Amino acid sequence: METLENKYTYKDFASDQEVRWCPGCDDYVILRAMQNALPQVGIKKENVVFISGIGCSSRFPYYMDTYGMHGIHGRAPAIASGVKLANPELSVWVITGDGDAMAIGGNHFIHVLRRNLDMNIVLFNNEIYGLTKGQFSPTSLVGQRTKSSPYGNTQPPFLPGELAIGAQARFYARVGGNTPKEMTQVFIEAAKFKGTSLIEVLQNCVIFNDGAFAKYTDKKVRADKQLFVEHGKPMIFGKERNKGLVLNGLKLEVVTLGEEGIKESDLLIHNAKLEDPTLHQMLIRMEYPLVTGIIRRFPDVTFEERVDDLTRKVRADSKFTKTDDLFFSGETYEVE
Amino acid sequence: MSYFIRYSKDIFNKLKKGIEKGILYYQNYNQNVMSIAKIKKSEKALEAVVVRFAGDSGDGMQLTGSQFSDTSAMFGNDVATFPNYPSEIRAPQGSLYGVSGFQVHIGSVEISTPGDNVDLLVAMNPAGLKTNLHAVKPGYGIIVDTDSFTKKNLEKAHYESNPLEDGSLDEYQVIEVSMTSLTKEALKDVAGLDNKSITRTKNMFALGMVYWMYHRSREHTIDFFRTKFKSRPELIEANTKVLNAGYYYSETLELIPNAYTVAPAKMPSGTYRIIMGNTATAWGFLAAAEKSGLELFLGSYPITPASEILHELVKHKHFGVKALQAEDEIAGISSAIGASFAGDLAITTTSGPGLALKGEALGLAVMLELPLVVVDVQRGGPSTGLPTKTEQSDLLQAMFGRNGESPVIVIAASTPANCYDYAYAASKLALEHMTPVILLTDGYIANGSAPWKIQPVAEMPDITPRIIYGADSQWRSYDRDKDTLARDWAIPGTKGLEHRVGGLEKDQTTGEVSYDPENHQYMTDIRAEKIKRVQNEIPELQPRFAQKGDLLVVGWGGTFGTLYAAVKEMKQQGFEGIGLAHFNYINPLPKNTAEVLRNFKKIVVCELNSGQFASLLRMNFENIPFFQFNKVQGLPFGNVELTEKFKELLA
Repeated sequence: METLENKYTYKDFASDQEVRWCPGCDDYVILRAMQNALPQVGIKKENVVFISGIGCSSRFPYYMDTYGMHGIHGRAPAIASGVKLANPELSVWVITGDGDAMAIGGNHFIHVLRRNLDMNIVLFNNEIYGLTKGQFSPTSLVGQRTKSSPYGNTQPPFLPGELAIGAQARFYARVGGNTPKEMTQVFIEAAKFKGTSLIEVLQNCVIFNDGAFAKYTDKKVRADKQLFVEHGKPMIFGKERNKGLVLNGLKLEVVTLGEEGIKESDLLIHNAKLEDPTLHQMLIRMEYPLVTGIIRRFPDVTFEERVDDLTRKVRADSKFTKTDDLFFSGETYEVE
Repeated sequence: MSYFIRYSKDIFNKLKKGIEKGILYYQNYNQNVMSIAKIKKSEKALEAVVVRFAGDSGDGMQLTGSQFSDTSAMFGNDVATFPNYPSEIRAPQGSLYGVSGFQVHIGSVEISTPGDNVDLLVAMNPAGLKTNLHAVKPGYGIIVDTDSFTKKNLEKAHYESNPLEDGSLDEYQVIEVSMTSLTKEALKDVAGLDNKSITRTKNMFALGMVYWMYHRSREHTIDFFRTKFKSRPELIEANTKVLNAGYYYSETLELIPNAYTVAPAKMPSGTYRIIMGNTATAWGFLAAAEKSGLELFLGSYPITPASEILHELVKHKHFGVKALQAEDEIAGISSAIGASFAGDLAITTTSGPGLALKGEALGLAVMLELPLVVVDVQRGGPSTGLPTKTEQSDLLQAMFGRNGESPVIVIAASTPANCYDYAYAASKLALEHMTPVILLTDGYIANGSAPWKIQPVAEMPDITPRIIYGADSQWRSYDRDKDTLARDWAIPGTKGLEHRVGGLEKDQTTGEVSYDPENHQYMTDIRAEKIKRVQNEIPELQPRFAQKGDLLVVGWGGTFGTLYAAVKEMKQQGFEGIGLAHFNYINPLPKNTAEVLRNFKKIVVCELNSGQFASLLRMNFENIPFFQFNKVQGLPFGNVELTEKFKELLA
């Protein structure tokens, strides 16, 4: 990928289109975080492509002054795969939501993760359908009252990270929709990662599901309720930085530093690069604290690399360089 | 050798002695006493012969048939083939629905169909006989493997008595051969073969017999064994031995009723090969990619009868072909749309049910105005329908099967070989007009094969994709060519042309999202007009046999061969004033369509559906009356049913 260091500012990535999300929506935060991240990745903007599906999140490409396509519901990962395979030099971003990715587009979502093309998926999870005005989504909670579940939702939710890792995701990060600094950092890391990266943003829908993540993301509780993990660092959280995680048998446990002789060195060190995703899955499932940051970042061969290798081998062994070679090969005969 | 017993040694010796180059024997079985006539090749050369091989789906009938057709083509015959196989991969042995057939029509004259009536049926078991007997002309030949006519197999084929014994085959010339035993006998000295491998070669015994009857060389097939079984020399030996055994069996024994030759056909000079429709389709795309200077991207999901296009294209990584077997039909077309956005010649291949799934994405491609080719190899429908049988019932789906007003170019190939031309034409139209194109073929031509006069890429028309590499600051993504109305193709990676496209309606000037009512009307009209103007690029309709007259036979797509043969026969029978107008361009229709239609008193639209093209024609030409001839049986038209209908209309 051709790169260009420090040439752009966020303004270069802002299109001239008026942004039309509801006032107060976390989508604005995500948009700005992306516009801040891309100049730091150092990619030429003509090499950046945003592909989206349908939903509030999917208006995103219109607001980025890059190449972009607002596709059809659920199919962005498939469209993006075609873009990337056609031109592997491009930095390809999929913008999707919980309904787009895990309901109508569930099939594409799991298969794109499995294949591991070098691209990035930003999943705006607000646990509700916004654009169609308030129906439950595949991440809505059981009992949640929505337009289509007035007496409470009866369908148990997906945990996106769990689903993604089940589908062999090599890179999975989760960030709060109101933490732009962390988000920007995660976007940059995702862009640098070779393979499909999935970033789940806990995005608050102010209209239909306001406060869905408040117990983790509200400024007042954030430090105590969220553990932002970093590769190679101990798993510490809390306003006082005195809480941490240890592994007790097959379970993760919250401990307090200084209690029962627990020292920082007793805490788990985050290893995002583990091939075995068991621990990553456990981190994803924790409710207290809610684990954010790059939970999994396992380097693996990408789909393009496999395809390239194979193409090189086939080319080296092939007797064909032009299609005519093929047409006239094998059994042909002459008619006088 | 028990099979000698039935005829005198004298006749046998006469036969043997007379086998010389250029001299053929015609043995007449119609009398009980066999007479042998010595005839010259030119006198007894047949114009055309139809041979059908029928057996269990595991009997290797497809292979046997294709070997016979390939060999005949190399001999210089024109050929047409038609495989007919069950959708079960290995249906229960001996069952009626497990019968697999392969028909070959070879001729010294132009062959346009795999043939109606069978001159020689090779039936490997009772079920193969039962399901195919109706096609054999009375008085003509049937070869049966008597070893397979066991009580069990007769029951499975629902025979109450053995047709070889009950006289029900009296009007045919039945050649009874203990094929399984003879095969075993031939292989008794070959080491390293299990029983299964031995019985699996008996199809080659049948092929050997047919080769001798039609004076075909075994060389091509023996070469084929050498390549196919490269790592298993015992199989090369076994297959060759059995092929030879069948050949000599025919040659030395007096069991053969009709030994004919079919002389080479008169075809335009050049280098030929036998090609299957689906392969020709794949190759058309390869040629278009090379000619346009683009890389070829295929996004596809396996589906009968289109999968061979995927199978063919995945082989050609050396040409830079990118083929993605996607997770479903929708991902197949969606990935192709992505690849098209990024500058590849992008295609997706499917059959009817898959086209239904692709409908929404195809609408996106219409809105984005990006080049895309969708191949629909039609099969029997609705729903899963008849996956391995042919039909033309996706026409209206191709025309209208999308939400909103979403016109696309629709074209149809009409022979196995011209699948190449129309795949190429589809690519050219898509790239030059910035629009999706649906290419319709069908199971009949996709699986059928015919000689193809190889068309080198250099001889194909130029393709000029509308890629732009830069523009001034005034450039907008929906700027259009004033003649074709096609927009520019600005691909990601091009500096200064960053823009957004999407499924929402676009403003006619800025290309940004627009909800303006007038703008939507304008864009709807211009998308339609863009397709209509393709009329300026496509060839005019050329009626065959007559330019005006009493009856115009109208067809489209894969029925060309059958319609052509039927109209030709009518002409030969002295019916003047009958013409054939066959359509390859469906949307838009050729410019001169009305003119051609108006030159005939009656028009009959013949289709393998309930009248879809007829409906389209009525929509376009309100004042012209159309008769219809329709068939929805999963089978191609038969010659007789067509000529009867034409005669009725001419009466």
